[in-house]
Parts: sequence; C-alpha cells; structure tokens
Amino acid sequence: MTTETQVIDEGGHDHEHAHSPHLQHHFDTLDQQFNAGKLGMWLFLATEILLFGGLFVAYAIYRNLHPEIFEYGHHFLDPKLGGINTAVLILSSFTMAAAVRFAQEGKQGMLKLCLVLTLCGACGFLGIKYIEYSHKMVHGIFPGKYYNPDEHILEEELLGAHGHGAVAEHGRDHASSSGEETHGEGAHEESTQSAEASAQAAPAEGEFVIEKSQIVEAPEGPEGMVGIVHEKPELPKRPEKAHVFFGIYYLMTGLHGIHVLIGMCAIGWVFFRSTRGEFGPDYFTPVDLVGLYWHLVDLIWIYLFPLLYLIH
Amino acid sequence: MSEATAHHEEHHGVGHIVDWRVLIGVLVSLLILTWLTVKVTEFDLGSLNIVIALVIATLKASLVCLFFMHLYYDQPFNSIILVSSLLFVLIFILFSLLDLSAYQSSIIPDYISSLRDPAYPLDQLK
Amino acid sequence: MATTTDTLPGRPYGEVEGNYLTHERGLLSWLTTVDHKRIGVMYLACISGAFLLGGIFAMVIRWELFSPGPTVPGLNADRYNQIFTLHGAIMTFLVIIPGIPAALGNFVLPMMLGAKDVAFPRLNLASWYLWVTGAIFAVTSLVMSAADTGWTFYTPYSTTTQTAVIPMTIGAFILGFSSIFTGLNFIVTIHKMRPDGLTWFKLPLFLWGIYATAIIQIIATPVLGITLLLLIAERVLGVGIFDPTYGGDPVLFQHFFWFYSHPAVYIMILPAMGIISEMIPVFSRKHIFGYTAIAYSSIAIAMFSFIVWGHHMFAAMSPLANMVFSAVTFSVSIPSAVKVFNWTATMYKGSIRLATPMLYALSFLFLFTIGGLTGLYLATLGTDIHLHDTYFVVAHFHYVMVGSTMIAFIGGLHYWWPKIFGKMYSEKWGNVGCIVTFLGFNITFLPQFVLGMRGMPRRYYDYIPEFEALHRLSSIGAFIMGIGLFVTLFCLVYSLFKGKPAPDNPWGSASMEWQATSPPHYHNFTKPPKVGDPYDYTDLVWDPKSEGYYRKAEGQGAA
Ligand code: HEM
Ligand SMILES: [Cu+2]
Repeated sequence: MTTETQVIDEGGHDHEHAHSPHLQHHFDTLDQQFNAGKLGMWLFLATEILLFGGLFVAYAIYRNLHPEIFEYGHHFLDPKLGGINTAVLILSSFTMAAAVRFAQEGKQGMLKLCLVLTLCGACGFLGIKYIEYSHKMVHGIFPGKYYNPDEHILEEELLGAHGHGAVAEHGRDHASSSGEETHGEGAHEESTQSAEASAQAAPAEGEFVIEKSQIVEAPEGPEGMVGIVHEKPELPKRPEKAHVFFGIYYLMTGLHGIHVLIGMCAIGWVFFRSTRGEFGPDYFTPVDLVGLYWHLVDLIWIYLFPLLYLIH
Repeated sequence: MSEATAHHEEHHGVGHIVDWRVLIGVLVSLLILTWLTVKVTEFDLGSLNIVIALVIATLKASLVCLFFMHLYYDQPFNSIILVSSLLFVLIFILFSLLDLSAYQSSIIPDYISSLRDPAYPLDQLK
Repeated sequence: MATTTDTLPGRPYGEVEGNYLTHERGLLSWLTTVDHKRIGVMYLACISGAFLLGGIFAMVIRWELFSPGPTVPGLNADRYNQIFTLHGAIMTFLVIIPGIPAALGNFVLPMMLGAKDVAFPRLNLASWYLWVTGAIFAVTSLVMSAADTGWTFYTPYSTTTQTAVIPMTIGAFILGFSSIFTGLNFIVTIHKMRPDGLTWFKLPLFLWGIYATAIIQIIATPVLGITLLLLIAERVLGVGIFDPTYGGDPVLFQHFFWFYSHPAVYIMILPAMGIISEMIPVFSRKHIFGYTAIAYSSIAIAMFSFIVWGHHMFAAMSPLANMVFSAVTFSVSIPSAVKVFNWTATMYKGSIRLATPMLYALSFLFLFTIGGLTGLYLATLGTDIHLHDTYFVVAHFHYVMVGSTMIAFIGGLHYWWPKIFGKMYSEKWGNVGCIVTFLGFNITFLPQFVLGMRGMPRRYYDYIPEFEALHRLSSIGAFIMGIGLFVTLFCLVYSLFKGKPAPDNPWGSASMEWQATSPPHYHNFTKPPKVGDPYDYTDLVWDPKSEGYYRKAEGQGAA
C-alpha cells in the first residue's frame, strides 16, 4: 500500500477518477481542487498581510507620534530608484499574470518566457535594492543602534535632496560650501567616494561632533553654527529618534526583500515544472498560486513606496 | 463556482482567462498611477499628501487584486478574505494608535535618557 | 443483525482490513504519511510528550512554593524564572494551542465531513514537521540558558536579559506557522470538501468551533510572527520600536503581543467548546439545544476576540483606551455564556449517562464557569488594578486553560479513543482519573484566587509566611492532579494492549465519523457515509452484544 502515498505525492492518481491525471484522490472534480487551492492561497495571503500589518502598525504609530523622523529620514531615500523599482515590480507582476494566461492556454514557450522575464524583474528589483542599501551603509546609515551616520555626508544628502546641492569635495570646509551649486542626484557615486575622502581628510571634525549619535547637525564651532542657521534654513535637524526611521525602513524593505527571494524560489520551481510541460488548461494551479503570491509581493511594495520614499 | 462555469464555453480548463486588453490596460494604468504619485509629492498639500498617496496606492492595489489576481472573476469569498484581513490590520492600527497617542502627554520627557549612563554610549548598550 | 455489513458494531480489532494503523508498517511509513489520521496520532504523541515536560516544570514550581524561602535544592530565584518561563511557553505554544485542533481535529475533522482527507495533506504533514522544529528550538533554549522572560516576552526585559531568548522566540515563530497551516487547511477543508447535502447548519458543532479557531489562527498568528521578529530585531539591532533605551515604546510591544495572544486564548477554548458540544448531547441522548446559537456564538467569539486585547494592559494603557477595552471585554463573555446556557439546556430532562467523557464535560462546565466569571472581575478596570499580576490572574487562566481546555481535550480523547485506536479503555479507571484530576485541579487553583486577592504577586520565587498555608494547599493539589493525570494516562495506554475491541459506535453518536469502522480504514470510509442531522439520536439502537449502537434502519435493512 506504499504506492498510495506515492500516488498522492505525485499529485494525482486515477483508480477512481479516470478523467484527469491531475486530480488528487481526495478531490472529486478538478474545479473543486482548483478552488480549494485558490482559497488556501488566499488564506495564506491574508496571513502575509497580517504579518506585514505588524510593521505597518509600527510605521503608523511612529509616523503619527514622531512625524519629524520621517520628514528627516526620507531625504536619504532616492525616489528615483524607488520609482524605478516600483515599475520593475509592476512589470514583473504583469509578466506573471501573462504567464498564468499562457499556462491556461497551454502555450508552453510563452509560459516559460514569461516566467523567466518575471524572474529577471525580481533580480532587477533586488539589484536596485542592493544599490540602495549599500549606498546608505557606506554613509553609516545602519538600522537601529548601529546607526552612526557621517555628519557631512548627511548634510550633503539633505541639501541635495532640497535642490541646494552639496559640495562633496569641500566637505572639509563645510560652512563655506553651503552656497555652492550642486552635484544633484546623479552624483551618487561621487558623493560615495567623497564620503570616504572626507572621512579621511578631516580627522579634526570628529572632535567637534560632540556626540555622534545624539541630536542635531554638527556645529562647526560657534561662527559656523551661526552661518549654518542663516544660510541654510532648510536644513532639517536630525531628530533624536532618526534611527527609528531607518530601523523601520530596513525592516519593512528587508522583510519585503525576503519575500521577493521566496517568490523567486517559487517561480523558479514553477519554471522547472513548466520545462517538463506539466501545465495546461486543465492544470495550472501552481502557476496561478505562485502568481498570486508574487502579486502580493507587488502589492506590499505599492504601499511601501509612497509611505517610505514619497513623504512631503 | 458559478462564475467559473459561466466561462466554460470559452475554454475547457478550470478558472477564468483574463483578456489581454484588460491585462495591458491594468499595466498601463499602474505605471501612470506610479508616475502620478511621484509627481503629486512635489506639491505641499499638508496632511493631504499622505491621504492622496494612500488613495493612489489603494487604487493600484485594487487593480492588481481585481485583474492580475483574478478577484473580479473569482468566487467572492476570496475577496472577503482579503478585505477582512485588511480590516483587522486597521483595527490593530486604530486601537494601538488610540492608546499610544492618548498617553504620550503623560510621558516624562527625557526620562529614559536620564536613566542612560552618559559614560555608556548608546550603541554599546546591551 | 447481519454479520457481513461494513458498519457492523463490535468488530474485533485487527479484523478491519486496511485499517489506517496497520495497512503500512514501520517508522518511516509514519514519518512520511500524509494521512490526516496518522498525522493526528503523531501530534497526539508529541503533544503528550510536551505536556509531560511542561508538567514536570509545573511540579518543580509547586514544589518550590511549598514553603517560603528556597525549597528545591539547587533552585535559585533566577532558575525559578527560567522554570516558569519554560512551563508557560511549552504549555501554551506546544501543548494548548495546537492540542485540540492538531491532534483531535486532524483526526476527526475530515471524517466528520465524510471526506477522505484534509484539503492539503502534504501541508498537513509539513505543519507537523514545523511543530517538531519549533519544539527543537524551544528545547535548544532550554539547554543553552533557558529564557527567563515569562511566556509573554515583555520588553524591555526580553531585550536585555542575557538568557537565550532568541531560540525561544524562533521556536514560537515556527510553531506559529505550524498553527497557521493547520488552520488554513481546516478552513479550506470545511469549505470545499463537504459532500452534497452537508450544509453549514448540518455540521457538527465541533467543526464550527474548529472553523472559528482557524479564523483566529489565520488572522492573529502572523501578528505573533511579526512581533517575535521585531523582538529579535530589537535584541540584535536595537531598532528602537519596543526598547525605550533606543527610543522605542515597551507598551507597544504589549499591544503587539496581546493582539495575538488574546485571540490565542480563544484558539485554545473554542475547539474545547466544540468538543463539549459534541459530548453533552450524545451522553444526554438529546438533540443539542440551540444549535444555531452555539454555532454563531463561536464565530462571534472569534470576532470579538480581536478587539479586547487591551484588557491585559490595564496597568499600562491610557485611561481612554482602558475604558474602551474594559467595555468591549464584557461583550465577549456574552457568547460564552450563550454556550453554557445551551449546554445546560441540552442536559435538561436528558437521560444522562455518566461515562468518562461526560464526566469530563461536566467538569468543563463547572470549571469554565468559574474561569469565565473570574475573567469578568479582571475585565472590570477597578478590580483589575488590584488583581493584575497576582495569583488571581494565574488562577483565572488556569481555570480556563487547564480546567476547560485541557479537561475538554482529555475528555475528547476519551470520547474518540475507541475510534482512533479501536480499543475500549476501562470505564472505571477512566472515571477515577477524571475525578482525581478534577479534585486536584480545584485544590490547586481555588486557593490561588484567595492568594491573589490578598496580594500574592505572580511569578515570585518567595513569599511572606502568611501565605504559606494556601500555597501548601495549592502544591498538594498539584500533586494530586499529577496523580490523576497519570491514572488517566495508564488507563488509556493499558487499553491499547489489553482493551476490549471497540464497536464502531460505542456512544451512539450520530455524527459521521462514527459510521466508519473502529479504527477507520485508511480511506476513512469503506462506503459513502450517510449525511444527516448530527444530533438526531432517534433511530440509533443499543446492541448489548457488541456494546455499541447501530442505526435501526440499516440494521433492519442489512438483516
Ligand atoms: C470569558 C471571558 C474571559 C474574560 C472576560 C477574560 C478576562 C481576562 C482578563 C481581563 C485578563 C487580564 C488579567 C490581568 O492580567 O490583570 C485575563 C488574563 C488571562 N486570560 Fe482571560 N478572560 C476570559 C476567558 C479566557 C479564556 C477562555 C482563556 C483561555 C483559554 C483565558 C486565558 C487567559 C490568560 C492566559 C490570561 C493571562 C495571561 C498572562 O498575563 O500571562 N481567558 N483574562
Ligand atoms: Cu485576554
């Protein structure tokens, strides 16, 4: 009787229901099986929503009670990269939906192509995410207690985001650099390099920065302080709980990233099965369910993007 | 199931096949809405900003759910699951926010930081 | 009486061909099975093991509290904290929460539906493996340096203590997913696997209980998951959400935790209530009273349970939230009371047979009433400020978790035991076990109400001499209860080897699982079960020869 379990594992047998090899023994019809699978997936998606829900609660609480950390923190996120990533995910969602359609129509080649395209989208998303993360981390913007940003880079970043620009090369002489024009957003790489440069070139600054992880921008001595206040009134002060923003940012995008990875594994698995031509009009449940999961990953990002990147 | 059987004439498999025009239409609208939400952030609308951002996000999410995820064609119970899970998240947010914002005023400012040993920097606390 | 039909009462054990216990043999056939019955039995075995472990810790706690000052050799106050944490965490996450749904539910649910299996058999097996993995992590914490935070993991203590909190939280996280998948499977099964004619309102009430439970498992448990992830993140990274030293808010952690854990107490009680709804009508030989009220009240409890979590935090919240949560909490007791009244009304003028399962059901009624009513004291703001974090709370939740859930679990185990293993246990020793447990339980926990009202705080290693008498009484009760549970264990295990073969329907129940053989065929039913009112006992007839019941119509037809 060992065969019995094997048969179930194979996803179907037919000693009672001769009509389809895909029908598992405990279901009566393919429709029943398909709908059961869908219902199960939707229930699972509900748990995912609640799982992320916890993070959204944390977000809502801190956004409400400490809006200043969000106003401050979002300057360090690049809405361009975020926007591109949104588009990438949306496109991959589309290719996934198309994959389901091709599976339903039994078009094996297109199915495989769409799955590969979806995987490419996922890789692209993670690649961009990687760029974003590493860009922050070289600035010392780590989550939580490891948040230890380099003060000058932060100011450049902030002014850049405000359209005033920052002068990376002059990071050393920071009060006088305020009026100068910009490198703008395109200059990420440059400012990354200069982050290192200024960290090496200006050892003296560390002495003025009183407590790295406590409050406010670094005053450059008494005159510098006056200068900053007058010349750059837009420069937001670093709120005390700034690190909480980055904690939330890393947690939300990190958990989302993990879901992207899981989704990629699932798509890979479906792709593998599609290379064996397993799917067709009668049986495409795995493609459909993985698709649902992938769309959920997209859905979460649809909310994360405006909530984290697009704060006015 | 009635929905599914209604479309059985079109193809002999299970489930509903979504029209290409719908899929592409959704894709285009999603991209446009993304562009819109980015653009709208450039204007300072006060607290309206977040409202608009959330409304647009919800629009996008609905499009994805209804068409990419087939909810429009599905058994309604799946939509009920989705909506109720969102409702529970909302309950969670509202009640905890209700409490936390109510007691903020009674928190003694800097009490915690006064407990913090200044000789013991923040990032080394265990 | 025919001797050839499949539903023959009193078939000797082993004569059922292809019964699920024997149609395959060997450990591997169990570890790789996707049969819901076998998975249920595996859960039963593992959960019993965890129950034993948690019980040993309980005995250590009661021993320590036998007299003031250090009592158990080698157990200092820090160790004591670890012991009660392990006791609490093991009992909640490994025993009570999975207990009834995963062990009994897995076995009974598809059969009650007349289905061949749950909707996703492999997922079902996967959740058992998740349970085992979670248990391994919990034990890892035990071996490393057991967490000492209490089962509630409150911050900031849980983010600062040096003990192995992370393995324990990972364990609870994994167990959470095990629970989610079980619930998911059950909802889909109940929705999609019902045969024609089995409408929602012909479902046995146990299934309504399980269904309501599954809703909570799906919606609440992920929040436990994220809570524990955030706790780990807080400990490792100091993200500043819960830990005040990093700018977080520890009360927020309590919101997170109780958003799951209050619904979780209904994960524990709802299936128990379902079992009681099965046993009381069967042993009263009377149709259940108020079927729809009981069914809807299960769903109502599940829904209400999501808006009352704040009653665990009266000492921490703002006055506004306190009032809101206190008010809502009262509402949740209404559906519980509806059930109690309906059970009582079912028994009214019934012909009650005091078989062991019925004794457990009566114990449940008694203990749940006490547990539920003391919940109302705690839901009242003013009294709770006095009673919060005292032994009163400890007594309250033991009355509902042990007195109600565990008692119903054990009762249900006795009730379905003949079906699961095809053996009858000794009625006499079953009764003795139940009565001793019941007495022991009350001796243990009634004094704790008094202790709590007098101000004995919970989770303390030591106490003032005034409390000694009551603590002693409580400890003695605990040992008595331990004896009662062992009697029960031996009674059941003994029956496996020496018990009489069980008839197919020993209690005369009308729900579908009893139409299968005892033990069931590995496909559950050898012929399609008949759908009917699960509480209609009119045409079930007692057959003294096989000591079981058979359906009059069938018996005649076959004869
Ligand atoms: C019938 C309605 C119930 C009400 C009104 C109620 C009310 C309460 C309240 C207000 C508390 C908080 C006490 C405090 O910490 O100061 C509490 C604690 C508790 N209740 Fe209930 N309860 C009810 C039923 C249940 C049930 C059915 C269970 C479980 C099966 C349960 C399990 C618990 C547990 C485990 C705790 C303590 C958790 C802890 O702090 O460790 N309760 N209950
Ligand atoms: Cu509660």
